[in-house]
Amino acid sequence: MSKNKGLTSLNDRSAAIPPFVPAADDDRIICRCEEVTKGEIRKAVHAGLWTLTEIRRYLRCGMGLCQGQTCAKLVKGIIARELGVSPALIEPATSRSPMRPTEMEVIANESEVDFK
Amino acid sequence: MKNTADVIVVGAGIIGNAIAYYTAKKGHSVIVLEKSEIVGNGGSSRNGGGVRQSGRDARELPLAMYGIENLWPGLSDTLGYDVEYVKKGNLRLGKTPEHLKILEGLAATGQRCGLDMRMIDGKEVREINPYMSDEVIGASWCPTDGHANPLKATLAFYMKARELGVQFLTSATVTNLKKKAGKLKIVETDKGTFEGDTVILACGMGARPIAEKVGIDIPMKSVLIEALITEQEPEMFPQMLGTAEADFYGHQTAHGSFLFGGSSGMEDVNADNGTPVTHSITAPCICRGIIKYLPRLAQAKIVRTWAGWMDHMVDGVPVIDRIDEVPGLILACGFSGHGFGIAPAVGMTVSELVEGTKTTVDISGLTYDRFKAKA
Ligand SMILES: Cc1cc2nc3c(=O)[nH]c(=O)nc-3n(C[C@H](O)[C@H](O)[C@H](O)COP(=O)(O)OP(=O)(O)OC[C@H]3O[C@@H](n4cnc5c(N)ncnc54)[C@H](O)[C@@H]3O)c2cc1C
Repeated sequence: MSKNKGLTSLNDRSAAIPPFVPAADDDRIICRCEEVTKGEIRKAVHAGLWTLTEIRRYLRCGMGLCQGQTCAKLVKGIIARELGVSPALIEPATSRSPMRPTEMEVIANESEVDFK
Repeated sequence: MKNTADVIVVGAGIIGNAIAYYTAKKGHSVIVLEKSEIVGNGGSSRNGGGVRQSGRDARELPLAMYGIENLWPGLSDTLGYDVEYVKKGNLRLGKTPEHLKILEGLAATGQRCGLDMRMIDGKEVREINPYMSDEVIGASWCPTDGHANPLKATLAFYMKARELGVQFLTSATVTNLKKKAGKLKIVETDKGTFEGDTVILACGMGARPIAEKVGIDIPMKSVLIEALITEQEPEMFPQMLGTAEADFYGHQTAHGSFLFGGSSGMEDVNADNGTPVTHSITAPCICRGIIKYLPRLAQAKIVRTWAGWMDHMVDGVPVIDRIDEVPGLILACGFSGHGFGIAPAVGMTVSELVEGTKTTVDISGLTYDRFKAKA
């Protein structure tokens, strides 16, 4: 992969990307539920986490109460900028059931028999 | 990127990533080929995080015990990323005399292999974990068991291996293997052809169709199993939990959420549409199990549920071996739902198989030629 052409895919994880440069707003909180900063996300990209899912699994951004509804787009933009690619190249992470946090005793009650 | 290396690893789950790390650390060049766009998107990021010896088969116990004694305690420092390893014991719980009988059998196996594991009564269970319901009448207790964060551990091996120069190619599906001058050498993918002196299949169920190309059949099948996680809760207890009948297992994570896996009993016959999706009956069943043992969690809120395949070997333990008929081929697959806890020890052991030295850990029960038809 040549250095100045930019990435056309995210598959070769050893391909050269622009260097990490510390930025003034690195301590800005991006994921408010889990308090993940912009700098943490940028560093994780440079450590090799190039997909939204990997970043989310490693840093927990998007895994808090809102399940990423607020910050997913911001994180996507940060990853794309660090890699020097279009945000369109970054796939969204999977949404998972339940859509709203639900008590165990409510979920448990799906069966007709009284479980308690 | 290059397309030749000393070692080609197929699969970037925790097994492939750990193999890549330990092999690269010994100075070999390594390429890892991964079908998914995402590193570690298989079972490795979907498991319960149990790092245990209790309940494990005697053939697999040496790997589990070696890893817990020698590798897990320093792993965060070794890799440079916190894998949230906690070594505070495992309670395997029982509510009936039948349960206790199962647990006694497991404890006896452990003790035979030199593991510190014993039966305790309900009172002692509640001394160790005061949140346990009065229905619990006993448990097996293994104080050296524990848990770690599967997401972080899987990615930590990846990031460290990458730092050591291992080349990872994602969205690359291995489709065929070919020999050159009698030795396995060529790995074909939908992203081009690669060559290595050693080829390691660390790709779970994916290993079966690939090994078939060189005449090796691995007797395993895929089974979809499920897990769930609660929102953050105040700190309650550090142990790993399980039950005699394995209806659920889990722990409280460093973050505070509770991570539990479990089963409905229908896993073997559940429909499988090719994507790991959850079944509506499973999470309720897991929740009922948890509430009976841990009534305090009844109001804990579930935030996510998910499913993942396990690569179930016919006799419940993996194959970790060099294949005599196909020089250059190593198999490390079929972890049968318990490959996370032994992953560091497997990575180290396979790096020894690559070099052809005697392995530190006894893996003589995990050979590929152990499968025999009924007499
Ligand atoms: C719900 C659940 C709970 C579990 N709980 C525990 C637990 O508490 N403790 C424990 O020890 N274990 C547990 N396990 C088991 C553990 O997760 C697995 O044994 C372990 O992750 C196996 O790692 P792996 O790298 O072999 O497999 P995987 O993580 O599945 O990785 C295999 C990789 O190979 C890739 N691949 C497949 N085919 C190809 C191909 N043709 N070409 C290229 N790449 C390919 C896949 O995309 C995948 O990324 C659990 C599993 C599940 C699903």
